[in-house]
Amino acid sequence: MEFRRFRGTDKYLTSSALESAVNCALALERPLLVRGEPGTGKTQLAEAIASALGLRLIHWPVKSTTRAQDGLYVYDTVQRLYDSRFGDGDVKDIRRYIKHGPLGQSFASRDRVVLLIDEIDKADLEFPNDLLHELDRMRFVVTETGDEVIARERPVVVITSNAEKELPDAFLRRCVFHFIEFPERDLMARIVRVHHPDLDQKLLDQTLQAFYSLRDVDGLRKRPSTSELIDWIAVLRRAGIASVELEAGMPFLGALLKREQDLLVFAEAASRGRRPRA
Amino acid sequence: MFVPFLYELRDRGVKVGAQEALSLAQALGLGLHRGTLDGFYEVARALCVHREQDLDAFDRAFAHHFRGVPDDALALTDELLQWLEQPAGKRQLTELERQLLERIDLVEARERLRRRLAEQRERHDRGNRWVGTAGTSPHGSGGIHPTGIKVGESPGGRGALEVAAERRFRDFRSDVTLDTRQIEVALRRLRAFVREGALDELDVEATIDKTARNGGELEITMRPPRRSNLRVLLLLDVGGSMDPHAHVCERLFSAASRATHFKELRTYYFHNCIYGRVYESAALMRGIPVLQLLQDCDPSWRLIVAGDALMSPWELQSSGSRWSFGEDSGAPGIAWLAHLAQHFLHSAWLNPEPAVAWYGTAEVIRRVFPMYRLTQDGLLEAVQHLMRGGGRH
Ligand SMILES: Nc1ncnc2c1ncn2[C@@H]1O[C@H](COP(=O)(O)OP(=O)(O)OP(=O)(O)O)[C@@H](O)[C@H]1O
Ligand SMILES: [Mg+2]
Repeated sequence: MEFRRFRGTDKYLTSSALESAVNCALALERPLLVRGEPGTGKTQLAEAIASALGLRLIHWPVKSTTRAQDGLYVYDTVQRLYDSRFGDGDVKDIRRYIKHGPLGQSFASRDRVVLLIDEIDKADLEFPNDLLHELDRMRFVVTETGDEVIARERPVVVITSNAEKELPDAFLRRCVFHFIEFPERDLMARIVRVHHPDLDQKLLDQTLQAFYSLRDVDGLRKRPSTSELIDWIAVLRRAGIASVELEAGMPFLGALLKREQDLLVFAEAASRGRRPRA
Repeated sequence: MFVPFLYELRDRGVKVGAQEALSLAQALGLGLHRGTLDGFYEVARALCVHREQDLDAFDRAFAHHFRGVPDDALALTDELLQWLEQPAGKRQLTELERQLLERIDLVEARERLRRRLAEQRERHDRGNRWVGTAGTSPHGSGGIHPTGIKVGESPGGRGALEVAAERRFRDFRSDVTLDTRQIEVALRRLRAFVREGALDELDVEATIDKTARNGGELEITMRPPRRSNLRVLLLLDVGGSMDPHAHVCERLFSAASRATHFKELRTYYFHNCIYGRVYESAALMRGIPVLQLLQDCDPSWRLIVAGDALMSPWELQSSGSRWSFGEDSGAPGIAWLAHLAQHFLHSAWLNPEPAVAWYGTAEVIRRVFPMYRLTQDGLLEAVQHLMRGGGRH
């Protein structure tokens, strides 16, 4: 069995455990389910896999209204109806009105692709189970035309989900699982360096110090994550700020805490002088 | 050594079965674990654990099982493959898995592993051979000792055993406590939708269908919107013995009140046991007669009672005197409870105490209400029970 190993990219840093999970999924041709707090790089992972393996990425962002069927194909009946009354096209040719969804495209593609099913937990609870059948068989039939779409090359399937949601057991058992832990300080420093290669070491140390202390403040509804840290540093640099310390008036705090309520929680913690653990 | 590890995982509640064993055999056969214990930890975790709640159990099993084991990577893999070859191993496989197994050809897998290890011995210093690929070996320069499992060789400097012993995933365990978010997630499964009310949504499918049948003459079809149809009655025990559990009940209450998918939620309080009345406030003010409650809430409401079901027996049992239902009628608690349980098609009792403590009055109440632990797992089971068709336990 041939497969290319994944080892991260220069833009995306991985742990050895994450690489093992990706490689298990690649070698065993099973979907990879990645869970973790927001901002821990779940979505980016799929892009990194695609770019490392030189494959095209098909992104399927799941919404609360997404149905499994939408991923296979949609039959644009409204367009057909419209055409039949006002249009000119050949309404008899139903194939013209069959549009492949992301899953359908990934099966129909000539070359192997990476299919990212992003934030699967957003959809209905039954959604993952509905997907199982097609993911297992890697083929489906378009009922309206009788055409069968068969994957020539099994797509690499990456599925992301937020840590807080439950997924059905049957679905979970099919997947290779990895939980991306929130990066520890060293890894975080390296991730920040990826995005800000020429960042001053002193500012890096100070921002990390403030960031991790802030995450320790009790009672926050949404703790700041990697993307907020990266954005915060970007704003600080643009404003020419060279040094920060965690305090009530810390510059651009709003880049880290997006909820009004959290800003109040922090203000209170800071004013009580109850310094969070370092 | 190895198969017992899988059994140990099972003992600790990680549901590994033939499917996981098989995937693991395949992965090891492909050398995905790089012949190291650290690699084995990563691969086994990716394939045997399916939810973060089980990561801690996996870590404990691993630390316990592999501590001080300077064993042989080849033997490890061999043992698993052999187990799968044996009839005893095979008997636990499903038909599909058996077919899969036939496809991977175990003899060949083992042979390949031997070859790889032999090659690696030759190329020891270069260490750039990866089975089935032209890639480089993950820990390149070090090379992999052909027979030994290297402990603590991962690039980060910490070995799998140390990592496992840290138990970083402890907080995800599902059998300890519950935070509000976990409760919300569980309650989200408690839902039912129906189409009812005014016809104010365009039914596209039906419109097209009817229009087509009409020979293209447009026929608009409307339908009622999809609405939540689930009502929940929550009764919370605020008796003295519940004090240590007050925070869990508070979270249960706040999660339930935040849920947007209930058509209606009503919450009342009681002290130890229910007789005649329940109360709108936790301070047991503003009582409402249970009989009135049963008139307001038809049997399709889902009843959830949260309490430790601990009280003195006389609170539960009849005093012996004659009684009838009605306020202050002297009916014993157990009669009220049974009355509630019979009225509703679906009901569940959530108990914050561990199951070993369910004796005495709790034992009696358990016969009236299906009882579940007030933990993540227990709550999910309770919700499943409340959603089961037909109703009544
Ligand atoms: N390991 C990493 N290496 C490099 N950049 C990273 C890494 N992890 C996260 N980032 C950066 O953090 C940001 C957030 O990543 P991403 O959007 O993939 O997170 P996510 O887990 O999908 O979040 P959400 O749950 O909010 O969708 C991105 O800008 C990404 O580049
Ligand atoms: Mg994302």
